Amino acid sequence: MTRTEKKKDVVLVGFGWTGAIMGIELAQEGLEILALERGHDQATVPDFQYPNMIDELKYGIRYGMMEKPANTTVSIRRSLEETALPYRSLGTFLLGTGVGGAGTHWNGLNWRPMLSEYRLKSYTEEKFGADVIPEGMQIQDYPMTYEELEPHFDRFEKVAGISGQAGNVNGKIIEGGNPFEAPRSNDYPMPPMPSTWDGVKFRDAAKANGCHPFPSPGGIASKDYVNEYNMQMGPCNHCGFCERYGCYNYSKSSPQTAIIDALKRKKNFEYRVNAEVLRIEMAPDRKTATGVTYFDHKTGEEVFQPADLVILSAFALNNVHLMLLSGIGQPYDPNTGEGVVGRNYAYQMLGGYTMFFKDENFNPFIGTGANGYCIDDFGIDNIDFGKEGFIGGAYWRAGQTNGQPGHTMPLPADVPSWGAGWKKGIGEWYGHAMSIGAHGSLMSYRDNYLDLDPTYTDRHGRPMMRMTFNWKDNDIKMINFMQTKMKPIVESMNPTIAQAGFKKEGAMFDVRPYQTTHNTGGTVTGSDPKTSVLNRYLQSWDAHNVFVMGANTFPQNTQYNPTGMVGALAYWAAHHIRKDYLPNPRPLV
Amino acid sequence: MRDIPGLPSRRGFLKASAATAAIAGIAVPAKAEQKPEPVALTEYKPDCLKPSEWAFVMAAVARLIPSDGEGPGAIETRVPVFIDKQLAGDYGKASDWYMQGPHDAAADPLRGWQTPLSPLEIYQQAIPVFDDWCKTTHGKIFAELDAATQDKALTSLQKNEMKIKPELNQFFTILLGNTKEGYFSDPMYGGNHGMQAWSYIGFPGARGSYKEWVGKHNVKYPLGPVSISGERG
Repeated sequence: MTRTEKKKDVVLVGFGWTGAIMGIELAQEGLEILALERGHDQATVPDFQYPNMIDELKYGIRYGMMEKPANTTVSIRRSLEETALPYRSLGTFLLGTGVGGAGTHWNGLNWRPMLSEYRLKSYTEEKFGADVIPEGMQIQDYPMTYEELEPHFDRFEKVAGISGQAGNVNGKIIEGGNPFEAPRSNDYPMPPMPSTWDGVKFRDAAKANGCHPFPSPGGIASKDYVNEYNMQMGPCNHCGFCERYGCYNYSKSSPQTAIIDALKRKKNFEYRVNAEVLRIEMAPDRKTATGVTYFDHKTGEEVFQPADLVILSAFALNNVHLMLLSGIGQPYDPNTGEGVVGRNYAYQMLGGYTMFFKDENFNPFIGTGANGYCIDDFGIDNIDFGKEGFIGGAYWRAGQTNGQPGHTMPLPADVPSWGAGWKKGIGEWYGHAMSIGAHGSLMSYRDNYLDLDPTYTDRHGRPMMRMTFNWKDNDIKMINFMQTKMKPIVESMNPTIAQAGFKKEGAMFDVRPYQTTHNTGGTVTGSDPKTSVLNRYLQSWDAHNVFVMGANTFPQNTQYNPTGMVGALAYWAAHHIRKDYLPNPRPLV
Repeated sequence: MRDIPGLPSRRGFLKASAATAAIAGIAVPAKAEQKPEPVALTEYKPDCLKPSEWAFVMAAVARLIPSDGEGPGAIETRVPVFIDKQLAGDYGKASDWYMQGPHDAAADPLRGWQTPLSPLEIYQQAIPVFDDWCKTTHGKIFAELDAATQDKALTSLQKNEMKIKPELNQFFTILLGNTKEGYFSDPMYGGNHGMQAWSYIGFPGARGSYKEWVGKHNVKYPLGPVSISGERG
């Protein structure tokens, strides 16, 4: 059964960060706007309330806030030859669902990419020569410049409520901030958060070793704060339940905290939950979309929702899946190199040291998702690609995020996994460990991509999306370089025990342990329709009334957590839709 | 008694009293009083485990987290109750997981859960297989072996020395995982009785408010745990 709803000016597919940003910006134009969210409704009260929210089993281990693989998942293979198998239970990445999306359960780390990252291909060729780019690597430039994006980074940081210490304001280096950051027009809207002991120990060791530590920038309120939409944040109490949880304290930046209540008050805005978009519908000439068809889980029927403008604002993987299912743009073929949808899927390369200090107390349960201190001394702008033999870089951070013992229990390697020795080990070492993590870039490659699975289907009978992904030598070399640089700093801290955790050559993608939910690429933005799905305004090359938000627009992954860039790109696109597209709807490039 | 940061630790006292219930002589708000002692494990009526399965779980968790030495074991913390309740619920049924075929249970373990079986089905099918192996190899089913032989048998299971069929090869992993979950989860799920595991390692549970402590570096946090329902340890 299909019913047809009354036409809207704009339909937003997904109601997380980018859906909320697009909603509130376009609502100011007086348009009739509808957001469709596949998941449930959720708000700080009652859904994130203390104490029920800080339940490790329900949310931290059974993933109560995440999309259930039974409802939506992907299949995964590590090479073109392997048969993809479904990602049946959650492990390496955790996809959000419901109002607020992944923006409710993130850690809050908020960054602007380094200057080289916006024009990585040109930068690499100009500085080190085209021959440093290995065979099979498909890095590209962003089609917009950092200078163009800067006001939108600034805006997102002010809306989201980011705490931090500027290191470069309009070219002036500020002591205590990140001297390597791209120049910003303003300091962060809130001062940095205080750090726990582990972060301070790292700060002092990094400084003593000639590095430039600065407080981690994050969407965690260090004081009371009101943003431009009159949304309020309260100072964080360091409860240690950020990642995988909603914030009960109005302290962690989220669509709920920063935008949604203000948006709900607008009469020309409506949202529907349990409304899962199945596909974008196209006009007969396939040059424009006519709206979307969604499955209404409340009534069990398919609904056609006509709209003049369709904005995909779901999680990265879902946006790509919808473009593939709707046949907008040519799907990418890794054998011929032709096609674009699904091309340049990327992830994140992580590594680090865990250190044990027998006689020190870290109280690991005191923390935030964006706690501690960072360095960017080994960031991508500071790496000689020619000399080191890889393209990329990493920022480092020490700052405990949680001490929840069910899933965060670092132990020395000689502690057995069970029995009397394990029990003795947890008693001896809980609270006496800290870590330094290197959070590294990951490039795009010919055979890391997304397409439709030939075998597995979802609950609506649609082909599941298939992820073909494995680690590549370039990024493993990058993270091993980080290990060689981190080792002396770790040793200078004189831990009782230090354990390295870095991938080695030949490492295969393991879907079981949690790694990161920084899934990027698949519908990248670019200046050439042969190598991108979206133009510089995140507008589809193929259907001018379809715009696509999210980290799926990244040509390759940066060395940072993606939300800051995702927010800036959404404000950039909203600005150009308001200014250029609405007065005269057409291809903007 | 009020929780004021800076009060001396109650952890030592709790350990000395070898229990969490009845903090005699200390007035606690009515809401925070300890719950009455639950039914003994020997009297417990499982929600989903059959008697032979219950006997296995009781015996296995007692070796995975033994009672001797410092800190509580899986039996005092009522981990078997937790496992029974989890297996009876959504987790046991794999309700949240994508379970459509085709399945390739023999796939590289790095590719995650690929068996067609749910966690409950794995317990139900693997326990008799493992008990048979124990009988053949050590002369008795697992629960009837002495502790040292049980440890040996569990090590064999962990190393998959009995070459259990691929559909069941996650058995040891989930058994150990569920045991630790029961040890550390909020007591409302049936395990971590009296928050003993939290008290042992020094995790304050659901306190969730440390603003005044974030700047106290390298000083051990003094307060014992609270649970989501307001119990205090």
